[in-house]
Amino acid sequence: MSAVADTHAQDHHHGPAKGISRWLLTTNHKDIGSMYLIFSFAMFLLGGSMAMVIRAELFQPGLQIVEPEFFNQMTTMHGLIMVFGAVMPAFVGLANWMLPLMVGAPDMALPRMNNWSFWLLPCAFLILVSTLFMQGGAPNFGWTFYAPLSTTYGPPSTTFFIFAVHIMGVSSIMGAINVIATILNMRAPGMTLMKMPLFVWTWLITAFLLIAVMPVLAGVVTMMLMDIHFGTSFFDAAGGGDPVLFQHVFWFFGHPEVYIMILPAFGAISHIVAAFSRKPLFGYASMVYAVGAIAVLSFVVWAHHMFTVGMPLAGQLFFMYATLLIAVPTGVKVFNWVTTMFRGSLSFEAPMLFAVAFIILFTIGGFSGLMLAIAPADFQYHDTYFVVAHFHYVLVPGAIFGIFASAYFWLPKWTGHMYDETLAKTHFWLSFIGMNLAFFPMHFLGLAGMPRRIPDYALQFTDFNMISSIGAFMFGATQLLFLFIVVKCARGGEKAPAKPWDGAEGLEWTVPSPAPYHTFSTPPEVK
Amino acid sequence: MCVGSQSWLFISFGFKEIFSLLLICVYTRQRRIHKQTFTLSFIRCCERRAFVQRDDAKSDKNNTLWRHSMRVHAKRAVALAAGLLLPVTVMADWTMNMSPGVTSTSNQIFTLHMTILWICVAIGVVVFGVMFWSIFAHRKSRGAKPANFHENTLVEVLWTIVPLAILVAMAIPATTTLVEMYDTTESDVDIKITGYQWRWQYEYIDDDFSFFSNMSTPRDQILNRQAKGEHYLLEVDNPVVIPVGKKVRFLLTANDVIHSWWVPEFGVKKDAIPGFINETWTRVDEPGTYRGQCTELCGKDHGFMPVVVKAVPEEEYNAWVAEQREAAETERQLTEKDWTLDELMERGERAYATACASCHQADGSGMPPAFPALKGSPMALEDMAGHIEIVVNGSSGTAMQAFGNQLSEVDLAAVITYERNAWGNNTGEMVTPKEIFDYKNQQ
Repeated sequence: MSAVADTHAQDHHHGPAKGISRWLLTTNHKDIGSMYLIFSFAMFLLGGSMAMVIRAELFQPGLQIVEPEFFNQMTTMHGLIMVFGAVMPAFVGLANWMLPLMVGAPDMALPRMNNWSFWLLPCAFLILVSTLFMQGGAPNFGWTFYAPLSTTYGPPSTTFFIFAVHIMGVSSIMGAINVIATILNMRAPGMTLMKMPLFVWTWLITAFLLIAVMPVLAGVVTMMLMDIHFGTSFFDAAGGGDPVLFQHVFWFFGHPEVYIMILPAFGAISHIVAAFSRKPLFGYASMVYAVGAIAVLSFVVWAHHMFTVGMPLAGQLFFMYATLLIAVPTGVKVFNWVTTMFRGSLSFEAPMLFAVAFIILFTIGGFSGLMLAIAPADFQYHDTYFVVAHFHYVLVPGAIFGIFASAYFWLPKWTGHMYDETLAKTHFWLSFIGMNLAFFPMHFLGLAGMPRRIPDYALQFTDFNMISSIGAFMFGATQLLFLFIVVKCARGGEKAPAKPWDGAEGLEWTVPSPAPYHTFSTPPEVK
Repeated sequence: MCVGSQSWLFISFGFKEIFSLLLICVYTRQRRIHKQTFTLSFIRCCERRAFVQRDDAKSDKNNTLWRHSMRVHAKRAVALAAGLLLPVTVMADWTMNMSPGVTSTSNQIFTLHMTILWICVAIGVVVFGVMFWSIFAHRKSRGAKPANFHENTLVEVLWTIVPLAILVAMAIPATTTLVEMYDTTESDVDIKITGYQWRWQYEYIDDDFSFFSNMSTPRDQILNRQAKGEHYLLEVDNPVVIPVGKKVRFLLTANDVIHSWWVPEFGVKKDAIPGFINETWTRVDEPGTYRGQCTELCGKDHGFMPVVVKAVPEEEYNAWVAEQREAAETERQLTEKDWTLDELMERGERAYATACASCHQADGSGMPPAFPALKGSPMALEDMAGHIEIVVNGSSGTAMQAFGNQLSEVDLAAVITYERNAWGNNTGEMVTPKEIFDYKNQQ
């Protein structure tokens, strides 16, 4: 593969611009990808520090550190920042870096829009975070911002929150358009759809989900805006409105959103498990169909978040059956990963450790999801810590471990250096233990009857809350180690070969490490 | 990069760590103790009372919410839920599992819960079994050579169809239970429950009386100035009373934001939504006190609006109802009485503490901007008509509720009088219950 050598044949070969303008004005997918990743990690630390406040308050019964009012702001901002600031931008960052390298394209299809969609994000989050300093405080109605708590009873800063969500939505939609345009138009000759790497497939489907549901989110916050400032009554019962309508619209966005946060991780994990098993991925085609099925089903299950609102029986049954159905394609994916490992030649470098933990812990999150899908039982689980445990099991070892696995897997490609394997393993084990310690006891708390989003709790919940807080502090502190590992790797270390993992497959390993500023100016041939 | 053996060490390290931690926890809780110290070496700070005690003599042998019934199940659940092959010997007082509760609904839910849990465990054992087998046996460091298979139609079809069949099998009992839970017909007693920020109102529709139920845990306990009581955060001034053995229908709605009424021991949870009336029901056979909480985020004091239900034998229930009706009548007569400023101030202080203080604060300083100060405010010092208007009718678009239907005329008059004379507001003005009554009737 001579992709890089060819770039020198171009008459206007140039490297990055100097100084701040390189970052402000760049249209280079690698620079933009790096910025997305750095931004998302900064948000991860910020959202994480809010989680630390929450866990510190919940360490013991009674109010010690914060007032309930501020506690609610913390839970709200933690959720919003983690979902929209940490997980989603991290995946967009990975997409920016890897999609062109994986499909053999020189850059994303719409590079200027790419720049714009990134730079909108810091603006959106500046607005969102600034609400903490406004009179009346930040949004305090939970990341699900149910009306009328968020409309009639919301703090004055709600309007800024709405504006921030609009901007994030614009950014996400532009990012998604860019991904679709790149994948559909810029694949190397010979790369048919069914030859695309799975990360490309999962991102293609994710991008369609984004385009479908981000406008719905924008719609629901716009309705809120109208209710607050323009005298409408979409969600105000006193004006003939319907508070439950809010939940239907929100979760029509919200459920596909959870798949937006996990599907790209499915793709990356598929590469990593195959690479470190030194064996081709089992059931490539069924993986693709499974992701497609999950995406389609994700549009018809939203009301399983609302089993207690008093839907008609037929509605309950429909949403219960549809939700149970999602377990089938998800199961197929897990079985495929396990079978890929079966009779492989396994080694456990950091990406593989994270990937294996992903499979195990995500599956546990899937199991509790299955339990939550049983509508009658959900009457007991709903809005308790069991739900908190469930979605943290799918998001932390799911989305976040997926991101860590991807980061370690591709760091040599990005920086040209090997990361410190010992430190990375330490990072993994501390994260793994901390995360389980933090979130597993939440299952017990929920089953024993502790509601979520409360700043203080009855005495029988004390012990598990304490363990959970210790685990959370451990997990939180460990992430600083990740920062150190990445900085160390970027600054130097053992030189990485073009293909540092002997079992890895794909076009990204055909270019040198670090990947040159411009790659695949001449498209490679895929057989 | 070849670190197979190293990572194996890490695995054993991790599990050992988790095991030992769990075992320490288990061991410290094995004995039922009333004063105990949590002895994990790194958490010595927490000495508390064991909270798990009997509710009252009557319910001694019954299952009450926060207690640890069905230990056998709890033990099983530990083993399962931990997902690890824990030695299933202990776990006495750590409530880890759902309570089977005291109603047929809650028992059915519990059975569903355990069934699906076991199904998950079985699937988990198979899947993770294969995975760990691969992790141990097919390591590169042990010289494993990779196979090259990557497809097998039969296997793939099988692991699509088998889970589907399991799900169908699971959906059938779930459907039956759900149908039963939705049958609210033929009730013996109807109680309307209205959620307010942050209290519950119970209205006995057939018997013409209603009352509010506020959390009764003292503020000093919450702020750690006083030892926490046995039912910390789960106690109220006026519990809702229901007769045992009767089908009780609950009609749920809310006055401001969405709340959710939950009693885990009944298997009953339903959202209380403004503008909607939701229905649910229960039939409790065991007398006793059952506790729950609001489970839908409803603002700052969401964590402080517990639900307490007393299930009593029918005769006792009837006597209680008669007493309540009489009290309601007396309250109506109080409106006619001639009140003095001092009497109103005294009553007003109490009414203010339950209805107003959580937002406007006990010293009237408020929490601006959402909850303005009353101390020294023009509204409380000058504008008497405006003051009555806002307390009775609320202020739309803000968090100020309409208290006209929440408080009696006496309490409204008392609260307004109190606000105009407390904290140095000394206007010397008073409003009588009769004036409030007339004001409300003019509207």
